[in-house]
Amino acid sequence: MADNIQITVINKGVENHFEAPDDIGLNLMEFLKATEHQEVEGMCGGMAICATCHVRVLDGISLLDEINDDEAATLETLPQVFDNSRLSCQIKLNEKLKNLKIEII
Amino acid sequence: MITTDISIIGAGPAGLFAVFEAGLLKLRTHIIDYLPKPGGQLSEVYPKKPIYDIPGYPTILAQELVDNLLKQNEPFKPGYTLGERIDSLEKRGEHDFILTTDKGTQINSKAVIIAGGLGCFEPRKPEVPELNRFEGGKGINYMVLDPEKFRNKKLVLAGGGDSALDWTIYLSQIASEVTLVHRSESFRGAPDSVNKVLELSKQGRVNLLLNSNLAQVNGNGVLKEVIVQNKNADDSRAIATDELILLFGLSPKLGPIENWGLNIEKNSIEVNPEDYSTNVEGVYAIGDINTYKNKLKLILCGFHEASIASHSIYKYINPGVKYNLKYTTVNGVNAF
Repeated sequence: MADNIQITVINKGVENHFEAPDDIGLNLMEFLKATEHQEVEGMCGGMAICATCHVRVLDGISLLDEINDDEAATLETLPQVFDNSRLSCQIKLNEKLKNLKIEII
Repeated sequence: MITTDISIIGAGPAGLFAVFEAGLLKLRTHIIDYLPKPGGQLSEVYPKKPIYDIPGYPTILAQELVDNLLKQNEPFKPGYTLGERIDSLEKRGEHDFILTTDKGTQINSKAVIIAGGLGCFEPRKPEVPELNRFEGGKGINYMVLDPEKFRNKKLVLAGGGDSALDWTIYLSQIASEVTLVHRSESFRGAPDSVNKVLELSKQGRVNLLLNSNLAQVNGNGVLKEVIVQNKNADDSRAIATDELILLFGLSPKLGPIENWGLNIEKNSIEVNPEDYSTNVEGVYAIGDINTYKNKLKLILCGFHEASIASHSIYKYINPGVKYNLKYTTVNGVNAF
């Protein structure tokens, strides 16, 4: 069995820790929704258009896949983004990831 | 006033297929959508993307699917009100609904199907205090509807996407002064547009403020100036302006539907999974906008929901009338 990914989630200043499987094709938005993080709406279902799954990646950003054009275009339009901003629906939970620390925006 | 059997709110795939299913039951339909053309997200967001899970089509482009649905609906001649948003839904009695759009168009129908997808795409707003003081014609704009409004005016635009770049280029030709405020130091938009804006900046025709954010809007009744903060230099400056145009993209919002007395859970309308009826008798919700146990937000599920809801509406409108399911292979499609 594959190793799980250790995910630390900061939401409104509160830190929580989760383990996520890396072999069932989930993206981070889907995982966050499954952990009952209601703030992550993921309204568009993962097409990188609604930005309701915007997160900051505090640790582990170097292991993520590059930002694709759709995600970059959406991030570009947002009123507020950070150097480590990502749309969590575009972050695939795969075996490349080990530890991830994110903050929900 | 427009009169029909079923008003369908939303011209995405679920709403379009409801026209066909209702047509088979000899029910007339009228479709209303806030977007200027039918197709919903498929036409607006991903027209060129292939879809792989439409039964019978190993692959089909989103826009092709919309074109096919429109063709399939032709025999039933649905009415269309496009580019208008339904602001209110009023139930005057059994089989008697009035929908009113933001432009005042009214549609009277015997039943209503809400197929609104993600809701209305509305402009995103930056977190700047008191923006609402200057909304509604007092200096703050979230889209450019009529560029002529900005002729010979002093303008500040904010945003960094293609729409901010394109409008900066266009408006620099007709406005007296154009400032573009962008929060980072580069643009990721179409290279042609980026180069054009940089060129205009060099020529002094556009005042380009990079690494900058809007901090404040000031005025007395109408907008007079904006305060722009530079992120790196830690300084802020006031820019006198007639109009501020905020272009931060569109985000889906449920919108006025929230206020129609329907049971809403997490931006979706709760329905009875037996027939996709809502808590208001005669009002149904299908496709991505509804929610029920084991809901799947798939186009093919929206199609199924359209057929079940149409049959339920037939029974609602014709109480006591027995309907025998007729196959198109036996009866064909009988046009209106």
